[in-house]
Amino acid sequence: MSAPKYWREIPQRYRFEAAKCKKCGKVSFPPRIVCPECRSREFENTRINDKGTVETYTVIRVAPTQFTDEAPYPVAIVDVGDGVRVLCQVADCGPEEIKIGMSVRLEFRKVQQEGHGGIINYGYKCVPE
Amino acid sequence: MVGIIGYGAYIPRNRIKVEEIAKVWGADAPSYKKGLMLQEKSVPSPDQDTITMAVEATKNAIKRAGIDPGEIGAVYVGSESHPYAVKPSGTTLAEAIGATPDCHCADFEFACKAGSEGMFVAMSLVKAGEIKYGVGVGADTSQGAPGDALEYSASAGAASFIFGKEKILAECHHTHSFMTDTPDFWRREHQFYPSHASRFTGEPAYFRTITGCATALLEKSKMKPADFAFAVFHQPNGKFPMTVGKKLGFTEAQMKQGWLCPTLGNTYSGASPIGLTAILDVAKPGDWIFMASYGSGAGSDGFIWKVTDRIKEVQNMAPHTRAMLDTERRRYLDYGTYTKFRGKIKLRGE
Repeated sequence: MSAPKYWREIPQRYRFEAAKCKKCGKVSFPPRIVCPECRSREFENTRINDKGTVETYTVIRVAPTQFTDEAPYPVAIVDVGDGVRVLCQVADCGPEEIKIGMSVRLEFRKVQQEGHGGIINYGYKCVPE
Repeated sequence: MVGIIGYGAYIPRNRIKVEEIAKVWGADAPSYKKGLMLQEKSVPSPDQDTITMAVEATKNAIKRAGIDPGEIGAVYVGSESHPYAVKPSGTTLAEAIGATPDCHCADFEFACKAGSEGMFVAMSLVKAGEIKYGVGVGADTSQGAPGDALEYSASAGAASFIFGKEKILAECHHTHSFMTDTPDFWRREHQFYPSHASRFTGEPAYFRTITGCATALLEKSKMKPADFAFAVFHQPNGKFPMTVGKKLGFTEAQMKQGWLCPTLGNTYSGASPIGLTAILDVAKPGDWIFMASYGSGAGSDGFIWKVTDRIKEVQNMAPHTRAMLDTERRRYLDYGTYTKFRGKIKLRGE
């Protein structure tokens, strides 16, 4: 990920910042410019919960280059409440441990790094509670 | 009065036992376990480093402090394993907790006492009235060379403290720092593993330095070891802190709660600070706590804390340190997985 893109996404990747529509109340994560429910363009800043449950998951066995060291690993869709679902890697959890309905929380982790000389991309992953 | 208004720790889930390391190197596990008073150590996952653990520990500290992170005026991270050679760990921590942009930030480095340095400076700025709140963190994911004695102890963990003048849970009544040029342990630029001067790290380095700091601190405070409910010292292995504590006049009962090394290992900059978090988890109002860190090179920072009534309100607002250490979710690694997690295997193209 390029440094400018990574930098722009820091509020959502580090602090779970989301956009709450001032008209209909829908929470969008990551934040959007236009509300997908009512097309409003006015939002207030909010944060999603850092706890949730696994709605569904898959196990990545043939991983992209940056993630080969970690394979096999689960990637899950996590329901964090307020109508928000988050897609993220599940850390510290083997394929045999992950279950639908499992309680998880979002934790600050290294997501990827650009080789040994590039920037380190930090963000959230979920871990079993 | 200035003191701690929030504290938190983070310990990774992975562990490796002394037997597993000794098996690979043909070493005698029972003699290492007895000599180092160490059973196992924590190991970070491949996606964890000093920054990620500092963030999680500080989130726990903020839960206990109950403050707006935007009012934090300084963030100091002490570590000898900062992920970048050039780029601060503290900026990422400050962004993650929401303390930017009006905030002073610096990374500290002084072998294993970088954490207590950060604590001292953050607390001093609050005391001087320069900032409202300050954060001091000790965190490390240190490495020992394969087969070296350090490999049995070098572990991972973090502790974070928020300092302020109101809502104090542990008042700081006295501090003292002791420092000399003592080359007992070092890592030169571009070297992956640290080097040490074997037995020289003991008597002329660790013991002389901590004893010098602790003795001066006791004299300054006009207190004696029996006045304290708890004491915590830097713990490079299980044996050293117990030995130095007893030489100073402290008892095993006073030191046991903060003595985490036997199952945690040496968390370097996190060592005595994480021990302090374990003590605060169980401390009662009015308890006095004695703390002395140690950093090779060499120096020691000493603190005398007095626990306030607020401690009871905050202890259960975040995970207890010993609960993280003794969690049922501990994952024991074999040596091969451990070397992969710690980046000791060099892959093609690296």
